[in-house]
Amino acid sequence: MTKFPAIGIKTRALALAFAGMTICSPALAQGAAKLDGANTTWILTSTVLVLFMTLPGLALFYGGLVRSKNFLSVLMHCFAVACLMSVMWLAFVYSLAFGDGGAANGWIGGFGKSFLAGIGAETLSGDIPETVFFMFQMTFAIITPALMLGAFVERIKFSAVLVFCAVWIVVVYAPVAHWIWGGGWLSGANCLTGSGVMDFAGGLVVHVTAGVSALVAALMIKPRTGFPSDVSPPHSPGLTMIGASMLWVGWFGFNAGSALAANGSAGMAMLVTHISAATGALVWMVIEWKKYGKPSLIGMVTGMVAGLASITPASGFVGPIGAVIIGLVGGYVCYWVTSSMKLKWRIDDSLDVFAVHGVGGMIGIILTAVLATGQFGGMGLGDGVSVWTQLWTQIAGVLVTVIWAAVISYIILKVIETTMGLRVSIEDETEGLDITAHGERGYHM
Amino acid sequence: MKFILAVIKPSKLDEVREALTSLGVEGMTVSEVKGFGRQKGHREIYRGAEYTISFVPKIKLEIVVNDDIAESAIRAVQETANAGQIGDGKIFVMEVSQAIRIRTGETGSEAL
Repeated sequence: MTKFPAIGIKTRALALAFAGMTICSPALAQGAAKLDGANTTWILTSTVLVLFMTLPGLALFYGGLVRSKNFLSVLMHCFAVACLMSVMWLAFVYSLAFGDGGAANGWIGGFGKSFLAGIGAETLSGDIPETVFFMFQMTFAIITPALMLGAFVERIKFSAVLVFCAVWIVVVYAPVAHWIWGGGWLSGANCLTGSGVMDFAGGLVVHVTAGVSALVAALMIKPRTGFPSDVSPPHSPGLTMIGASMLWVGWFGFNAGSALAANGSAGMAMLVTHISAATGALVWMVIEWKKYGKPSLIGMVTGMVAGLASITPASGFVGPIGAVIIGLVGGYVCYWVTSSMKLKWRIDDSLDVFAVHGVGGMIGIILTAVLATGQFGGMGLGDGVSVWTQLWTQIAGVLVTVIWAAVISYIILKVIETTMGLRVSIEDETEGLDITAHGERGYHM
Repeated sequence: MKFILAVIKPSKLDEVREALTSLGVEGMTVSEVKGFGRQKGHREIYRGAEYTISFVPKIKLEIVVNDDIAESAIRAVQETANAGQIGDGKIFVMEVSQAIRIRTGETGSEAL
């Protein structure tokens, strides 16, 4: 594949889009991008796959992990967040993430593309319709807040879920997506180190933002009543496995779709995604087998998600060997953090969002700097960029994202806590959110 | 007539049923129940976190038999449900003052 300076591929597509749309001189207009049917087809397909990750993939993955009295509430959270994020993405959040912010463009896009103003069926983003780019990115803006839901299940107010996610997508997700993918200050030559943060499909933008905010939320909303000794185990590991498998398949759209083209980069991204997932799953299986004598299904599928989260930022940059290494490291470290979180640190990040997604995303981001090099069979760093420079850039990206997500999430949650409250009453928590918040039961038996 | 209430391991249900029917027991009520005795609960591990399961799944058998086969029925349950482990269960025996078949109104051992 062609080597580009080490920037997110999504950024390049956007740069092309601007070139195509805003420069009107005839000489350049001739060279303007034309619609590519093959690329468009693949991104349409990827959009379907990534939406499928949330509905019903993530919903079932999370739903199986809670108690039966809260099963529907988890499905409801995922579904409602998907709908709310979709409308907000159209209203102005897409514009903030991927629009032109003028003088403030380093920090945030503007409102110019609110309600897709001026964008029609013929408008291109790179060589695909901007409608397709909009939809593809929308599915990312859906799953990212949905990932956070796992931290506060079984005790949060439904209204608090909606308000938190609605504010979060504007003030956490949109800026970070803009910084890294939308031409902001962490991308390309804008970055202080001279080489942009390499985040192919959302290690920082998706997994670290969601994971860190989830941890903050878990600490603020406090553990479920009875945690850790009197909380019942997952009610349906089988549903969790079905949901996890949907996530795995959908992740091909997530990572290989992030090439924004039907090309070799997409093919390699799909390959490394699969290998890392399989490796991560095997790592958990072996650890549990050795430690407890029994390899569990839930452990194995969690390892798979850890492998997927870890490979996400690296997926367009590393080769197969890099994928195996990321699966091994991601699987092992995520296991360690997951088991320490509840047992040692007594933090009720109920479905391990931080331990799996936050930590996995960070591992992938940092390892990308090393494993993207030719020595490990990667696609190479930007021209003239050393491993150390890139490593520093990646670490700086992690620090910035962690601090931003943590501080802003804390503020949002604090405001919600003091105004409308975060938690349901202990009576409602005991009876279960399905009946008390939604008036339905998951199982009539 | 004796009322026999036995709480046994789920895996022993089929054996117990066969032993009782071969003695001429013509009906029983079976429920899936949860509880604890000396076995206490157990621990399950999900994602490295341990969960205490305080109530263990068991099967509750309810049988009413004539006095003449009561002893052998009790022995049959005790022998077939026995796996030699803590958690094999318990048997309780009570006197029954009356039994009535709802359809015909028959009473006593006729109703069994």
